[in-house]
Amino acid sequence: MGNYYDKAMECATLNEMESLQSFRLSQTVRRVYENVPFYRDRMIEKGITPDDIKSVADLHKLPFVMKQDLRDTYPYGLFAVPLEDVVRLHASSGTTGKQIVVGYTRNDLEIWNDCAARALVAAGGTKADFMHVSYGYGLFTGGLGVHGGAEKLGMTVIPVSTGNTARQINIIKDFGSTLICCTPSYAMFIAETMRDMGITKDQIKLKAGLFGAEPWTQEMRATLEDMLGLKAYDIYGLTEIIGPGVSFECEEQTGMHICEDHFIPEIIDPDTGEVLPLGEQGELVFTCITKEAFPLLRYRTRDIAVLSRDKCSCGRTLIKMLKPKGRTDDMLIIRGVNVFPSQIETALLSVAGSEPFYHINVDRINNNDTLEIEVEVSEAMFSDTIKSMEDIENTIKAAVESVIGIGAKITMCEPKTLKRFEGKAAHVTDRRKLLD
Amino acid sequence: MLIKQLSVFVENKKGRLSAITDILRQSEIDIRALSVADTKDFGILRLIVNDVDKAYTALKNGECLVSLTDVIAVQITDRPGGLADAMDILSSAEISVEYMYAFISKSDGLASVILRVDDNQKAQNVLSDKFKLLTQAEISA
Repeated sequence: MGNYYDKAMECATLNEMESLQSFRLSQTVRRVYENVPFYRDRMIEKGITPDDIKSVADLHKLPFVMKQDLRDTYPYGLFAVPLEDVVRLHASSGTTGKQIVVGYTRNDLEIWNDCAARALVAAGGTKADFMHVSYGYGLFTGGLGVHGGAEKLGMTVIPVSTGNTARQINIIKDFGSTLICCTPSYAMFIAETMRDMGITKDQIKLKAGLFGAEPWTQEMRATLEDMLGLKAYDIYGLTEIIGPGVSFECEEQTGMHICEDHFIPEIIDPDTGEVLPLGEQGELVFTCITKEAFPLLRYRTRDIAVLSRDKCSCGRTLIKMLKPKGRTDDMLIIRGVNVFPSQIETALLSVAGSEPFYHINVDRINNNDTLEIEVEVSEAMFSDTIKSMEDIENTIKAAVESVIGIGAKITMCEPKTLKRFEGKAAHVTDRRKLLD
Repeated sequence: MLIKQLSVFVENKKGRLSAITDILRQSEIDIRALSVADTKDFGILRLIVNDVDKAYTALKNGECLVSLTDVIAVQITDRPGGLADAMDILSSAEISVEYMYAFISKSDGLASVILRVDDNQKAQNVLSDKFKLLTQAEISA
């Protein structure tokens, strides 16, 4: 049993949670129907009115909101309050198209801070901690989101943002940072740079890391925990919903508890839109039931997940989400087979001595899809004979094939030749996109 | 009497050998012997140099993937069958040769062979009866 930030909510009974959700949902639906023409038109199209949404059980009647809808209504078309009540704007990076913009009222920021605070407490954080925030600050929600939660808890916040990795490490060491928050790939870069600087994990005080904003694997978790001497927690969020803190891991590290008193999750079949029963894998959909400025209803995240209400040893009753593979957007279809970059990371890190520095190249040559994985050779892997190097290459090749079921060409690269990332990693180059 | 060989991982990319040899030039390293083993995607550059520690540090600082390997340097009589005699000894002792390469030593102009074998101790024992094995000091001189 750990500590909680908001025990009443985090440990509520299913009955309590569902009646709260039902009440908040019906109120939110009524409000957006009255204030946002987009929702009113969509609901009228489906032949429903706010009176049809009385409880969580009615949620499935509502139309979905897609990312494209956010672009079509850019910038303020989905805002549900007068703009003068909006105190902050954030925007998504727009890596997969035109950027989208979201707004927060003062109350929305409080909700966000509370969600982030829950995540920090679940990772063992208290007001005595030094919170090193290496997420980017700015329009990206990462930096300011975690910052707000940490400040609310009374932690000593160190708003480093990204970049200048050697300086980050000196700050971690000199200021005595005990918690760190960044993308897992940047955490790996920090760990690698620390090793180069000759600083060991015993010389720093980090006890926990909250790593999010991109999919990562159990193998990566083990590597980070070992290299940085901390416990690594996953934290999940998306700009459209609120930012980091939508869900978070507890000490059990078996999935992320969703702040479902604010965001109701559903899992749907991405092809038919049909709601799937608990425990089945599908696309994650969120409905915001407390936000004022930007309360998305049934927003399709493109994230693939499984929901679970299994009893958690931490005592929290908040529903858990497991992200087994990543986003549908990240999925590659190679020779007809679905491949997620995270599966390749799992396979690679299962090989002794390997490090999570890799790049995936997909191409189409003579109408055949090709898959190449560039892997950096670590000191532990390197040997003076071609035979042992080829043995390692073949071991990686076999590990990848056994996980994804198709063959890949493994290319061994010199250390530090592949790109390092301070924010979200880009592990894939798909040259086929240029051909289509 | 083992000597240290530097083994450097080299990606098959334009300019890599030039970059590595430039590092050695900058640190005024004298190369005594070398060989390159290559595959389609990468190679391993093996070097015998006058100052192992200095070369190792320089390559390391130059972000090269480098390791040290124990090898044997055998002086071979420069006549037909000279190398074959050495190989006979190794094969009758059931020692496998992973790789080898030859060079002419600077001091006396004699032919020598660098041997990387699967059992250094045994190889030294069987070879030293009939052949002179070079020391690190002799290589460095």
